[in-house]
Amino acid sequence: MSKLEPNLSPERRAYLKKVKLVNTATWVVRISILVLFFTIWEIAANLKLIDSFITSQPSRMVRTLVNLYNSGDLFRHIGVTCLETVAGFIIGTILGTLIAVMLWWSKFVSHALEPYLVVLNSLPKVALGPIFIIWIGAGPAAIIVMALAISLIVTILEVLNGFLRTDEDQIKLVETFGANRLQVFTKVVFPSNIPAMINALKVNVGLSWVGVITGEFLVSKAGLGYLIVYGGQVFQLDLVMTSVIILAIAAALMYQGVVWLQKRLTGGQAT
Amino acid sequence: MSEDIVNVVGVGMKYQSPNGEINAVEDVTFSVKRGEFVSLVGPSGCGKSTLLSIISGLLKPSRGKVLIDNEEVVKTSDKVGYMLQKDYLFDWRTIYQNVILGLEIRKMLTPEKKAYVLNLLKTYGLYDFKDKYPRQLSGGMRQRAALIRTLAAGPEILLLDEAFSALDYQTRLAVTEDIYRIIKNENKTAIMVTHDISESISMSDRVIVLSKRPARVNSIHEIRFDCPVRTPLKCREDPNFRRYFNTIWKELEVHVEA
Repeated sequence: MSKLEPNLSPERRAYLKKVKLVNTATWVVRISILVLFFTIWEIAANLKLIDSFITSQPSRMVRTLVNLYNSGDLFRHIGVTCLETVAGFIIGTILGTLIAVMLWWSKFVSHALEPYLVVLNSLPKVALGPIFIIWIGAGPAAIIVMALAISLIVTILEVLNGFLRTDEDQIKLVETFGANRLQVFTKVVFPSNIPAMINALKVNVGLSWVGVITGEFLVSKAGLGYLIVYGGQVFQLDLVMTSVIILAIAAALMYQGVVWLQKRLTGGQAT
Repeated sequence: MSEDIVNVVGVGMKYQSPNGEINAVEDVTFSVKRGEFVSLVGPSGCGKSTLLSIISGLLKPSRGKVLIDNEEVVKTSDKVGYMLQKDYLFDWRTIYQNVILGLEIRKMLTPEKKAYVLNLLKTYGLYDFKDKYPRQLSGGMRQRAALIRTLAAGPEILLLDEAFSALDYQTRLAVTEDIYRIIKNENKTAIMVTHDISESISMSDRVIVLSKRPARVNSIHEIRFDCPVRTPLKCREDPNFRRYFNTIWKELEVHVEA
């Protein structure tokens, strides 16, 4: 087939051209914002319009990055944080889904536990931080538990809501075939909720990051959250800014990972 | 009476809820002969669907009992196939996977059954679509797939609960024709619930008119047409069609006013 698609009507061609133009323009704007932002920052700092001791500046951030890399610490810190996040994320998702399944299974249990879920959901989980540190000790385990505390309840509620919203008639259909509760779950409730569960995953990634960074603020000896807190304490804004940028990139990449997973898992169906 | 396949005997149903009691069905008795097509017509919300659920074994009646082949119904059985208002084909399964759903749940997925299902798909023109997903099929084809899903487990009795009501009128006429042909072809007994009088007359051997809630049997009409090959569309053209329609319509109307 030729690249020009000769059968296209002129209207269609004009439309496609317009779509392409808008796309290009979008990307130009996106990249310009980034470039402009850092350029203005750099120039303003060089011209002493802003105090680079407080605001840092891109060239100093690059130097900090190179130093971190040369000392071999860069990937250690990134690795620790990412590992904690992934661990919190995976445990939170699996545990949350399992608890949601249990609550779906027994209407009585879910009804009985409802007030506790409501209270736990509205409680700011950061407040539990000191308790975790004392119970579990200052280390990665406490940080993962912190991430769990933040993401778990939301996962349970989100997934349970999906389960409970399953089409009654789809359930009736499998019941006409004599399905028991387990079969209702495996044949209808679970598969029909895969999109809802993936949405829960998306929310979860963000919450796990919040939990891990909060945890690292409170206890850690390594990780991006640690670098930020440490940088702040010794007034090294270069380190703080660099870490924030790395954090932003890592979080975005992990989110994209979930989006990719969503595409793979729901490839065969419309969501 | 020996050729009766379904006997509904003095069935009554009261729903309980925190807000009170709903008397949905009261003392309904009728029977269906093997190979017969019977419709239950009645005003909306009169408890027709409840009656079907009781016959299928999904619901336990508060009073009375249902016999299938002279055995009391206590739970769902593979003798009975249920067709719901919509096709409810699962988006995440291919047509083939959808069609074998019942066999899968009943753990009856034997090679013979698989061959039977493939044969049904071939006979009714869905074989080439067996690896497609439901959203790639037209409304009529989806309904046919839903019927094959019901037939796959080899039921003797089909229960159709407003099975065509989700379709637009044109498709509905075509699908009715289609499904009727398949049911007759496969020699099944059918009990259909509908509020569409024309549909019930065009398909049934007998129409049972139910009162408004709580449902009781109001009257039973034998439907006879003289056409040599009976199809729902031909019946609609028959001069007797109007007569049946008017009789049943008047009966329903009286009960709406009352």
